Amino acid sequence: MTVTIIHPNRRILLLGAASAGVVGLLPRHLATASAQTGVHAPTQTMPGGANNYMPGAPLVENLGTGFVASGIVRKAGSGEPLRNLRIQIWAATDRGGEREPSNRGSVMTDANGRYRLDISPIVPQFGQPHIHIAYDDPGFATLFLRPVLNSRHDKSMAVDFVLAPAAGNAGKSS
Amino acid sequence: MPASRADKSRRRIAWLAIAAVATIPVVAAAVSPLQRGREFLWVIGGMAGVVALSLLFVQPLLTATAPVLMPAARGLRWHRWGGIAIVAAVALHIGALYAYSPEDVMDALLLVAPTPFSLYGVISLWCLVLTALLAATRRRLRLSHRNWRIAHSVLAVAIVSAGVVHAILIEGAMEEISKLMVCIAALAATTVGALEINVLGPLRRRRNLQRA
Repeated sequence: MTVTIIHPNRRILLLGAASAGVVGLLPRHLATASAQTGVHAPTQTMPGGANNYMPGAPLVENLGTGFVASGIVRKAGSGEPLRNLRIQIWAATDRGGEREPSNRGSVMTDANGRYRLDISPIVPQFGQPHIHIAYDDPGFATLFLRPVLNSRHDKSMAVDFVLAPAAGNAGKSS
Repeated sequence: MPASRADKSRRRIAWLAIAAVATIPVVAAAVSPLQRGREFLWVIGGMAGVVALSLLFVQPLLTATAPVLMPAARGLRWHRWGGIAIVAAVALHIGALYAYSPEDVMDALLLVAPTPFSLYGVISLWCLVLTALLAATRRRLRLSHRNWRIAHSVLAVAIVSAGVVHAILIEGAMEEISKLMVCIAALAATTVGALEINVLGPLRRRRNLQRA
Protein backbone atom coordinates (compact mmCIF):
# COMPACT_ATOMS: atom_id res chain seq x y z
CA MET A 1 0.00 0.00 0.00
CA THR A 2 1.46 3.33 -0.99
CA VAL A 3 0.79 6.51 0.87
CA THR A 4 1.11 9.75 -1.01
CA ILE A 5 2.49 12.35 1.34
CA ILE A 6 2.13 15.32 -0.97
CA HIS A 7 -0.80 15.60 -3.33
CA PRO A 8 0.47 17.88 -6.06
CA ASN A 9 -2.67 19.92 -6.31
CA ARG A 10 -2.92 23.46 -7.56
CA ARG A 11 -2.36 25.05 -4.15
CA ILE A 12 0.83 23.07 -3.50
CA LEU A 13 2.16 23.92 -6.95
CA LEU A 14 1.38 27.61 -6.52
CA LEU A 15 2.90 27.66 -3.04
CA GLY A 16 5.98 25.91 -4.37
CA ALA A 17 6.33 28.36 -7.23
CA ALA A 18 5.78 31.30 -4.90
CA SER A 19 8.33 30.10 -2.37
CA ALA A 20 10.85 29.42 -5.12
CA GLY A 21 10.28 32.97 -6.28
CA VAL A 22 10.74 34.36 -2.77
CA VAL A 23 14.00 32.45 -2.40
CA GLY A 24 15.16 33.89 -5.69
CA LEU A 25 14.27 37.35 -4.44
CA LEU A 26 16.59 37.13 -1.46
CA PRO A 27 19.22 39.52 -2.72
CA ARG A 28 21.73 39.77 0.06
CA HIS A 29 24.25 37.03 0.36
CA LEU A 30 24.72 37.43 4.06
CA ALA A 31 28.24 36.09 4.05
CA THR A 32 30.72 38.67 5.25
CA ALA A 33 34.39 38.46 4.65
CA SER A 34 34.97 38.02 8.36
CA ALA A 35 37.20 35.26 9.56
CA GLN A 36 35.77 32.03 10.88
CA THR A 37 36.97 31.99 14.47
CA GLY A 38 39.59 29.46 15.48
CA VAL A 39 40.82 28.14 12.17
CA HIS A 40 41.51 31.44 10.38
CA ALA A 41 41.19 30.08 6.89
CA PRO A 42 42.26 32.62 4.28
CA THR A 43 39.47 34.86 2.97
CA GLN A 44 38.61 34.17 -0.67
CA THR A 45 38.59 36.83 -3.36
CA MET A 46 35.00 37.80 -4.18
CA PRO A 47 33.51 37.79 -7.70
CA GLY A 48 33.80 41.28 -9.14
CA GLY A 49 36.14 42.27 -6.33
CA ALA A 50 38.78 43.59 -8.70
CA ASN A 51 36.36 45.69 -10.77
CA ASN A 52 37.73 49.20 -11.33
CA TYR A 53 40.91 48.39 -9.40
CA MET A 54 43.87 50.70 -10.00
CA PRO A 55 47.12 49.65 -8.35
CA GLY A 56 49.09 52.04 -6.22
CA ALA A 57 46.40 54.31 -4.81
CA PRO A 58 48.00 56.99 -2.59
CA LEU A 59 47.69 56.93 1.20
CA VAL A 60 44.82 59.21 2.23
CA GLU A 61 43.51 60.79 5.43
CA ASN A 62 39.93 60.12 4.32
CA LEU A 63 37.68 60.02 1.24
CA GLY A 64 35.11 62.36 2.74
CA THR A 65 32.95 61.59 5.77
CA GLY A 66 29.62 59.94 6.49
CA PHE A 67 30.60 56.30 6.13
CA VAL A 68 33.27 54.32 7.95
CA ALA A 69 34.92 51.21 6.57
CA SER A 70 37.03 49.36 9.13
CA GLY A 71 38.22 45.92 10.09
CA ILE A 72 41.02 43.71 11.33
CA VAL A 73 43.46 41.99 9.01
CA ARG A 74 44.80 38.63 10.20
CA LYS A 75 47.30 36.05 9.09
CA ALA A 76 45.96 32.71 7.90
CA GLY A 77 46.41 29.85 10.36
CA SER A 78 47.59 31.62 13.52
CA GLY A 79 45.15 34.51 13.13
CA GLU A 80 47.65 37.03 14.44
CA PRO A 81 46.81 40.64 13.52
CA LEU A 82 48.94 42.00 10.67
CA ARG A 83 50.33 45.47 11.29
CA ASN A 84 51.57 48.05 8.84
CA LEU A 85 49.94 46.55 5.75
CA ARG A 86 48.61 48.70 2.95
CA ILE A 87 44.90 48.25 2.25
CA GLN A 88 43.26 49.94 -0.72
CA ILE A 89 39.59 50.92 -0.61
CA TRP A 90 37.41 52.33 -3.38
CA ALA A 91 33.66 52.94 -3.70
CA ALA A 92 31.08 55.03 -5.54
CA THR A 93 30.00 58.24 -3.81
CA ASP A 94 28.06 61.29 -4.93
CA ARG A 95 31.33 62.58 -6.40
CA GLY A 96 31.12 59.88 -9.05
CA GLY A 97 31.62 56.20 -9.70
CA GLU A 98 34.40 53.89 -8.58
CA ARG A 99 36.84 55.32 -11.14
CA GLU A 100 36.66 58.82 -9.73
CA PRO A 101 40.17 59.35 -8.27
CA SER A 102 38.80 61.04 -5.14
CA ASN A 103 36.86 57.83 -4.38
CA ARG A 104 40.00 55.73 -4.03
CA GLY A 105 42.69 55.60 -1.38
CA SER A 106 44.99 53.44 0.70
CA VAL A 107 45.36 53.15 4.48
CA MET A 108 47.79 51.25 6.70
CA THR A 109 46.83 48.78 9.41
CA ASP A 110 47.82 49.82 12.94
CA ALA A 111 49.65 47.85 15.62
CA ASN A 112 46.51 45.77 16.27
CA GLY A 113 46.02 44.92 12.60
CA ARG A 114 43.12 47.35 12.38
CA TYR A 115 42.39 49.61 9.42
CA ARG A 116 39.84 52.39 9.24
CA LEU A 117 38.81 54.85 6.54
CA ASP A 118 36.16 57.56 6.47
CA ILE A 119 34.36 57.81 3.11
CA SER A 120 31.50 59.96 1.85
CA PRO A 121 28.12 58.18 1.98
CA ILE A 122 28.18 55.21 -0.39
CA VAL A 123 25.91 55.29 -3.41
CA PRO A 124 25.05 52.12 -5.34
CA GLN A 125 27.43 51.37 -8.19
CA PHE A 126 25.78 49.30 -10.90
CA GLY A 127 22.70 48.53 -8.86
CA GLN A 128 24.20 47.47 -5.56
CA PRO A 129 25.65 49.58 -2.74
CA HIS A 130 29.05 48.07 -2.06
CA ILE A 131 32.67 48.91 -1.41
CA HIS A 132 35.88 47.36 -2.68
CA ILE A 133 38.83 46.39 -0.50
CA ALA A 134 42.13 45.15 -1.89
CA TYR A 135 45.41 43.85 -0.57
CA ASP A 136 47.90 43.76 -3.43
CA ASP A 137 51.45 43.81 -2.05
CA PRO A 138 54.16 41.13 -2.14
CA GLY A 139 53.90 40.09 1.53
CA PHE A 140 50.77 37.94 1.20
CA ALA A 141 48.45 36.57 -1.48
CA THR A 142 46.53 39.22 -3.38
CA LEU A 143 42.94 39.62 -2.20
CA PHE A 144 40.03 41.55 -3.71
CA LEU A 145 36.82 41.96 -1.69
CA ARG A 146 33.47 43.41 -2.70
CA PRO A 147 31.31 43.45 0.44
CA VAL A 148 27.72 44.63 -0.06
CA LEU A 149 26.02 47.03 2.34
CA ASN A 150 22.73 45.90 3.84
CA SER A 151 21.34 49.29 2.92
CA ARG A 152 22.80 52.28 1.16
CA HIS A 153 21.86 54.30 4.23
CA ASP A 154 24.27 52.32 6.42
CA LYS A 155 26.82 54.50 8.17
CA SER A 156 29.53 51.91 8.60
CA MET A 157 30.75 48.49 7.67
CA ALA A 158 33.20 46.20 9.43
CA VAL A 159 35.12 43.90 7.13
CA ASP A 160 37.69 41.63 8.77
CA PHE A 161 39.72 39.38 6.55
CA VAL A 162 42.49 36.81 6.61
CA LEU A 163 45.47 36.88 4.26
CA ALA A 164 47.05 33.73 2.87
CA PRO A 165 50.82 33.34 2.53
CA ALA A 166 52.19 34.72 -0.71
CA ALA A 167 52.42 31.67 -2.91
CA GLY A 168 52.05 32.21 -6.62
CA ASN A 169 50.80 35.74 -6.32
CA ALA A 170 48.88 36.15 -9.52
CA GLY A 171 48.00 39.79 -9.02
CA LYS A 172 44.84 40.93 -10.69
CA SER A 173 43.37 38.09 -12.69
CA SER A 174 41.05 39.19 -15.47
CA MET B 1 -18.14 50.04 -35.74
CA PRO B 2 -17.17 53.69 -35.24
CA ALA B 3 -16.52 54.75 -31.67
CA SER B 4 -19.06 57.05 -30.06
CA ARG B 5 -18.01 60.31 -28.47
CA ALA B 6 -18.36 58.86 -24.97
CA ASP B 7 -16.15 55.97 -26.01
CA LYS B 8 -13.56 58.37 -27.39
CA SER B 9 -13.35 60.39 -24.20
CA ARG B 10 -13.12 57.19 -22.16
CA ARG B 11 -10.32 56.04 -24.43
CA ARG B 12 -8.51 59.33 -23.97
CA ILE B 13 -8.71 59.06 -20.17
CA ALA B 14 -7.45 55.48 -20.29
CA TRP B 15 -4.46 56.41 -22.46
CA LEU B 16 -3.67 59.39 -20.23
CA ALA B 17 -3.59 57.08 -17.19
CA ILE B 18 -1.38 54.61 -19.11
CA ALA B 19 0.96 57.41 -20.17
CA ALA B 20 1.23 58.61 -16.56
CA VAL B 21 2.13 55.16 -15.21
CA ALA B 22 4.71 54.78 -18.00
CA THR B 23 6.34 58.22 -17.84
CA ILE B 24 6.43 59.01 -14.08
CA PRO B 25 9.11 56.37 -13.33
CA VAL B 26 11.24 57.60 -16.25
CA VAL B 27 11.07 61.23 -15.10
CA ALA B 28 11.66 60.24 -11.45
CA ALA B 29 14.77 58.26 -12.42
CA ALA B 30 16.05 61.07 -14.63
CA VAL B 31 15.92 63.61 -11.79
CA SER B 32 17.28 61.23 -9.13
CA PRO B 33 20.10 62.65 -7.00
CA LEU B 34 21.94 59.38 -7.64
CA GLN B 35 22.53 60.48 -11.25
CA ARG B 36 24.86 63.17 -9.91
CA GLY B 37 28.48 62.41 -10.63
CA ARG B 38 27.67 59.47 -12.88
CA GLU B 39 29.43 59.26 -16.22
CA PHE B 40 27.33 59.99 -19.31
CA LEU B 41 27.39 56.40 -20.62
CA TRP B 42 26.23 55.06 -17.26
CA VAL B 43 23.32 57.52 -17.14
CA ILE B 44 22.29 56.66 -20.72
CA GLY B 45 22.60 52.92 -20.11
CA GLY B 46 20.57 53.09 -16.93
CA MET B 47 17.87 55.31 -18.38
CA ALA B 48 17.51 53.07 -21.45
CA GLY B 49 16.68 50.24 -19.06
CA VAL B 50 14.03 52.35 -17.32
CA VAL B 51 12.49 53.27 -20.68
CA ALA B 52 12.46 49.58 -21.70
CA LEU B 53 10.60 48.70 -18.49
CA SER B 54 7.95 51.35 -19.17
CA LEU B 55 7.59 50.16 -22.78
CA LEU B 56 7.05 46.60 -21.51
CA PHE B 57 4.03 47.87 -19.60
CA VAL B 58 2.53 49.69 -22.63
CA GLN B 59 3.32 46.96 -25.18
CA PRO B 60 0.60 44.39 -24.35
CA LEU B 61 -2.03 47.14 -24.06
CA LEU B 62 -1.50 48.03 -27.72
CA THR B 63 -2.92 44.76 -28.99
CA ALA B 64 -4.72 42.92 -26.21
CA THR B 65 -7.10 45.81 -25.52
CA ALA B 66 -8.37 46.04 -29.10
CA PRO B 67 -10.97 47.14 -29.99
CA VAL B 68 -11.69 48.86 -26.65
CA LEU B 69 -8.71 51.24 -26.51
CA MET B 70 -7.68 51.22 -30.16
CA PRO B 71 -8.80 49.76 -33.50
CA ALA B 72 -7.15 46.36 -33.95
CA ALA B 73 -5.21 47.19 -37.13
CA ARG B 74 -3.75 50.39 -35.72
CA GLY B 75 -2.96 48.65 -32.44
CA LEU B 76 -1.02 45.94 -34.24
CA ARG B 77 1.03 48.55 -36.12
CA TRP B 78 1.85 50.31 -32.85
CA HIS B 79 2.63 46.96 -31.23
CA ARG B 80 5.20 46.21 -33.96
CA TRP B 81 6.87 49.56 -33.43
CA GLY B 82 6.69 48.99 -29.69
CA GLY B 83 8.54 45.70 -30.11
CA ILE B 84 11.25 47.39 -32.17
CA ALA B 85 11.51 50.16 -29.56
CA ILE B 86 11.88 47.62 -26.72
CA VAL B 87 14.66 45.78 -28.58
CA ALA B 88 16.37 49.11 -29.30
CA ALA B 89 16.08 50.29 -25.69
CA VAL B 90 17.46 47.02 -24.32
CA ALA B 91 20.30 47.08 -26.88
CA LEU B 92 21.15 50.63 -25.76
CA HIS B 93 20.85 49.60 -22.09
CA ILE B 94 23.36 46.78 -22.51
CA GLY B 95 25.52 48.53 -25.10
CA ALA B 96 26.00 51.75 -23.14
CA LEU B 97 26.61 49.91 -19.85
CA TYR B 98 29.11 47.68 -21.67
CA ALA B 99 30.90 50.72 -23.05
CA TYR B 100 31.00 52.20 -19.54
CA SER B 101 32.09 49.03 -17.74
CA PRO B 102 32.86 46.02 -19.96
CA GLU B 103 33.89 43.96 -16.90
CA ASP B 104 30.55 44.29 -15.15
CA VAL B 105 28.47 43.56 -18.24
CA MET B 106 30.61 40.63 -19.42
CA ASP B 107 30.35 39.11 -15.92
CA ALA B 108 26.58 39.49 -16.12
CA LEU B 109 26.33 37.95 -19.60
CA LEU B 110 28.57 35.06 -18.55
CA LEU B 111 26.44 34.57 -15.40
CA VAL B 112 29.34 35.14 -13.01
CA ALA B 113 28.32 38.59 -11.82
CA PRO B 114 28.30 39.22 -8.06
CA THR B 115 24.90 40.89 -8.37
CA PRO B 116 21.85 38.61 -8.08
CA PHE B 117 19.75 40.76 -10.41
CA SER B 118 22.09 40.21 -13.36
CA LEU B 119 20.82 36.67 -13.88
CA TYR B 120 17.22 37.87 -14.25
CA GLY B 121 18.32 40.56 -16.69
CA VAL B 122 20.08 37.95 -18.80
CA ILE B 123 17.07 35.59 -18.74
CA SER B 124 14.87 38.45 -19.88
CA LEU B 125 17.40 39.40 -22.55
CA TRP B 126 17.55 35.95 -24.15
CA CYS B 127 13.76 35.60 -24.14
CA LEU B 128 13.62 38.99 -25.87
CA VAL B 129 16.24 37.95 -28.45
CA LEU B 130 14.30 34.75 -29.16
CA THR B 131 11.07 36.72 -29.53
CA ALA B 132 12.68 39.15 -31.95
CA LEU B 133 14.13 36.27 -34.01
CA LEU B 134 10.75 34.50 -34.13
CA ALA B 135 8.96 37.72 -35.05
CA ALA B 136 11.40 38.34 -37.89
CA THR B 137 11.37 34.79 -39.26
CA ARG B 138 7.95 33.41 -38.45
CA ARG B 139 6.81 33.49 -42.08
CA ARG B 140 9.98 31.78 -43.25
CA LEU B 141 9.60 29.22 -40.45
CA ARG B 142 5.97 28.72 -41.57
CA LEU B 143 4.87 29.24 -37.99
CA SER B 144 1.07 29.12 -37.87
CA HIS B 145 -0.58 32.17 -36.44
CA ARG B 146 -1.83 30.15 -33.46
CA ASN B 147 1.59 28.73 -32.63
CA TRP B 148 3.21 32.14 -33.00
CA ARG B 149 0.58 33.63 -30.69
CA ILE B 150 1.20 31.00 -27.99
CA ALA B 151 5.01 31.13 -28.28
CA HIS B 152 5.01 34.92 -28.23
CA SER B 153 2.71 35.03 -25.19
CA VAL B 154 4.83 32.56 -23.19
CA LEU B 155 8.03 34.44 -24.06
CA ALA B 156 6.40 37.80 -23.29
CA VAL B 157 5.39 36.65 -19.81
CA ALA B 158 8.97 35.40 -19.27
CA ILE B 159 10.52 38.65 -20.53
CA VAL B 160 8.35 40.80 -18.29
CA SER B 161 8.59 38.56 -15.21
CA ALA B 162 12.38 38.29 -15.35
CA GLY B 163 12.69 41.95 -16.32
CA VAL B 164 10.57 43.04 -13.37
CA VAL B 165 12.58 40.95 -10.89
CA HIS B 166 15.77 42.42 -12.43
CA ALA B 167 14.42 45.96 -11.95
CA ILE B 168 13.11 45.44 -8.41
CA LEU B 169 16.36 43.93 -7.14
CA ILE B 170 18.40 46.85 -8.46
CA GLU B 171 19.17 49.67 -6.08
CA GLY B 172 19.65 52.52 -8.45
CA ALA B 173 18.27 55.76 -9.77
CA MET B 174 14.64 54.62 -10.05
CA GLU B 175 12.30 55.94 -7.38
CA GLU B 176 10.97 52.98 -5.37
CA ILE B 177 7.23 53.63 -5.44
CA SER B 178 6.97 54.53 -9.14
CA LYS B 179 9.22 51.55 -9.93
CA LEU B 180 6.94 49.19 -8.05
CA MET B 181 3.92 50.77 -9.75
CA VAL B 182 5.21 50.28 -13.28
CA CYS B 183 6.45 46.76 -12.46
CA ILE B 184 3.07 45.65 -11.11
CA ALA B 185 1.35 47.35 -14.05
CA ALA B 186 3.62 45.57 -16.53
CA LEU B 187 3.03 42.17 -14.91
CA ALA B 188 -0.73 42.74 -14.80
CA ALA B 189 -0.95 44.02 -18.39
CA THR B 190 1.14 41.14 -19.71
CA THR B 191 -0.73 38.44 -17.77
CA VAL B 192 -4.18 39.78 -18.61
CA GLY B 193 -3.09 40.43 -22.20
CA ALA B 194 -1.82 36.87 -22.64
CA LEU B 195 -5.05 35.47 -21.18
CA GLU B 196 -7.21 37.72 -23.37
CA ILE B 197 -5.33 36.89 -26.58
CA ASN B 198 -5.06 33.15 -25.96
CA VAL B 199 -8.09 32.20 -23.87
CA LEU B 200 -10.79 34.80 -23.35
CA GLY B 201 -10.87 36.24 -26.87
CA PRO B 202 -11.06 32.87 -28.65
CA LEU B 203 -13.71 31.67 -26.16
CA ARG B 204 -15.85 34.74 -26.79
CA ARG B 205 -15.55 34.33 -30.53
CA ARG B 206 -16.51 30.67 -30.32
CA ARG B 207 -19.57 31.53 -28.23
CA ASN B 208 -20.62 34.22 -30.67
CA LEU B 209 -20.29 31.73 -33.53
CA GLN B 210 -22.45 29.19 -31.69
CA ARG B 211 -25.05 31.84 -31.07
CA ALA B 212 -25.08 32.91 -34.72
